[in-house]
Amino acid sequence: MISLLLVVALVGGWELYADLGGVDDFILPAPSQIATALWDDRSLLWSNLLVTAQEVGLGILVALVLGFLLAVALHLSGTLRRGVYPLLVASQAVPIVIIAPLLVVWFGFGMVPKLAIIALVCFFPVVVTTLDALRSVDPDQLKLMRTLDATRWQAFRWAEAPAALPAALSGAKIAVAVAVIGAVFAEYAGSSEGLGHLMLQSIPQLETPRAYAAVVLLAAFAVLLFGALALAERRLVPWARRRPEGPAR
Amino acid sequence: MTTKLEAPAQEPRNVDGGGTASLAGVSRAFGAVRALDGLDLEVGAGEIVAVVGPSGCGKTTLLELVCGLQAPDAGRVRADPAVLMPQRDNLLPWLRAIDNAALAVRLSGASREEARARAHPLFAAFGLEGFERARPHELSGGMRQRVAFLRTLLSGKPVLCLDEPFAALDALTRREMQDWLAQALSRERRTVLLVTHDVEEAARLGDRVVVLSPRPGRVVAQLGIPRPRSEADVLAVRERALEALRS
Repeated sequence: MISLLLVVALVGGWELYADLGGVDDFILPAPSQIATALWDDRSLLWSNLLVTAQEVGLGILVALVLGFLLAVALHLSGTLRRGVYPLLVASQAVPIVIIAPLLVVWFGFGMVPKLAIIALVCFFPVVVTTLDALRSVDPDQLKLMRTLDATRWQAFRWAEAPAALPAALSGAKIAVAVAVIGAVFAEYAGSSEGLGHLMLQSIPQLETPRAYAAVVLLAAFAVLLFGALALAERRLVPWARRRPEGPAR
Repeated sequence: MTTKLEAPAQEPRNVDGGGTASLAGVSRAFGAVRALDGLDLEVGAGEIVAVVGPSGCGKTTLLELVCGLQAPDAGRVRADPAVLMPQRDNLLPWLRAIDNAALAVRLSGASREEARARAHPLFAAFGLEGFERARPHELSGGMRQRVAFLRTLLSGKPVLCLDEPFAALDALTRREMQDWLAQALSRERRTVLLVTHDVEEAARLGDRVVVLSPRPGRVVAQLGIPRPRSEADVLAVRERALEALRS
């Protein structure tokens, strides 16, 4: 409710500023113009949204799977953790703006460079949250698994992996926003479709409202994706939904 | 000094199987802290031995030695396969009560249906009927403890090591659970090594009460209790154990 009022106030202020202020429409179109663009260009926006949505959705999935596997590998091997973890942090400092065009030259205009970029910006939060969850499994729990004659794999399968799953999904939720930005960058770097590509074209064509309309769609899509992940979390890990006690006694 | 840990490689025995444990001159230190020092303890097949001692006297260490989770620094630990029931129930929140109870059965390679079939009759026998499908967070503290005990029982090992199983419960539930455990053990006879800081609990449940000294733990008294026992027997043993603890 409060967030709705906030949006209304912001949009209203923006409308007034754009209508009355001296800013050129090509720089800051009024919300009403953006709404018109959303409606008039709906088929164009929709077909491009589908492309970007697919990139982001698949990219997050790839990041989730890779991130989870990587976290498990780092958890199981201390050597690997000491050796590879710093490299992962370093990988996040790579400026994707620079890398993206190179990947396009390497892999072409298709889906692959987009997935690579989105996965690159998204896997890190998944690794960090998953690894933390794996490492914070109660040592008594593992002791118990040992006295029940569980093998290392069984201890992982029964006690550690289920504990890490919600954390991996949290990591993916954190990654949603950067995934969308990553997709736009990737499309800027070279593509023939997608909302990022559309924006890149719209601005020189002085179709600024259309570019803003694309931004609105991207934002809405990010919210939707976040919600979908929250839903998946509730479906996959029903036990985490309601935990009345803290550290179980 | 010789360190020798023998973990017998035999199959876990079934309900009526024996199971003995024997510790001779066992010492264990963690850095500068000496938890146990020259501890001797014999546990006979089918016997319930209750170990009491002040907190921090190495009671948990004693159980972990018997279960083979730790090795002694000195002395000898010989025990039939033993299973630990830790202080907290450590039920897995993602498993239903019956799957938690049957965890050891599943780990030994049985299918979910087989494992549930093994656990199901025990649920009725131990007052958990109707809660098979509940998740741990839906159970009360006492019930969680019962499920944890079933899980321990279903491991099929002849020696049960119970680490302050009721310490986390309120006084009323604890009393109720002590009666429940006494009954459960008379039904499913096993060798039990129970540690507790509650002298009355020890006197109520044990065939024998073993009193440990403050850290580093050593045996300072062993008190046998007749069976069947009267309330007066329990109180008498409690008094003698408290006296031994004070000295």
